[in-house]
Amino acid sequence: MIEQLIFYVFAAVLLFSATMVISVRNPVHAALFLVLAFFNSAVLWIMAGAEFLGIVLVLVYVGAVMVLFLFVVMMLDINVAKLREGFIRHLYIGIPVAGVMVVQMLLVVGSGVFAPESLPEPAMPIPEGAANTPLLGSVLYTVYMLQFELAAVILLVAIIAAVMLTLRRREGTKHQDPGQQVRVRKEDRLRVVKIPGRRQADRE
Amino acid sequence: MIELSDYLVLAAILFALGMAGIFLNRKNAIVLVMSIELILLAVNFNFIAFSTFMGDLAGQVFVFFILTVAAAESAIGLAILVVLFRNRNSINVADLDSMKG
Repeated sequence: MIEQLIFYVFAAVLLFSATMVISVRNPVHAALFLVLAFFNSAVLWIMAGAEFLGIVLVLVYVGAVMVLFLFVVMMLDINVAKLREGFIRHLYIGIPVAGVMVVQMLLVVGSGVFAPESLPEPAMPIPEGAANTPLLGSVLYTVYMLQFELAAVILLVAIIAAVMLTLRRREGTKHQDPGQQVRVRKEDRLRVVKIPGRRQADRE
Repeated sequence: MIELSDYLVLAAILFALGMAGIFLNRKNAIVLVMSIELILLAVNFNFIAFSTFMGDLAGQVFVFFILTVAAAESAIGLAILVVLFRNRNSINVADLDSMKG
């Protein structure tokens, strides 16, 4: 009973914040509501028994991706009023399409094809009373080794792509070129000039 | 007790909200990326719910990979947005017409 109450409270906050993400005027507020949505999802995932993924959602999404979002939103100087043009006009298309999709999915869910007795046997059963994180790790590093490596490669590609996309050389800025600094020789910079001293001039 | 259908209905509404967000914010590229995040979250909800109620670990492994790919996707998407803003001084999707598409 109490479990159900907690589920409904967090689900309600999740749906409210998702609605605010798509409807608020200010993109910074939208990003912050998305953070709230991710937090509530993490709680619901932990309630469903996926503790590791719940924590990963908070760490990776709230900690890294949303900070990236906020950083970009605040860095760009956006004219919000211009971007809101046509919001009301698209409301008349967006709401019916979303409504039809919800009704269709509710019909599928309510039809009983997902009833507990009609679900197939698990291919990778979870042992009774096993901790979630060690279990996931033991599968991830054995059965799904190749996929795990591929995910790592995808992240590497994303890093290089993001750096290369945003890298630029601006004209007129002063920056060091370490290669050129190392390549410098004494002859390029230093000139030894013979200046006759006074005593020598006196002697002559 | 929480049923499987509770999770599925929640995920369905979340998915529809993300979908509506794509329709409503057709000009604002940043909110478009956020809507895609919402849609991916709804899909992950379905995977987690089925994984729990079927007692099958494969669903959680799949969510792990979806999270990885989604993080990479949003990083590249935001990088593209920054380059776009630098070149055109706007992130309005309606301004992106140089290819006459």
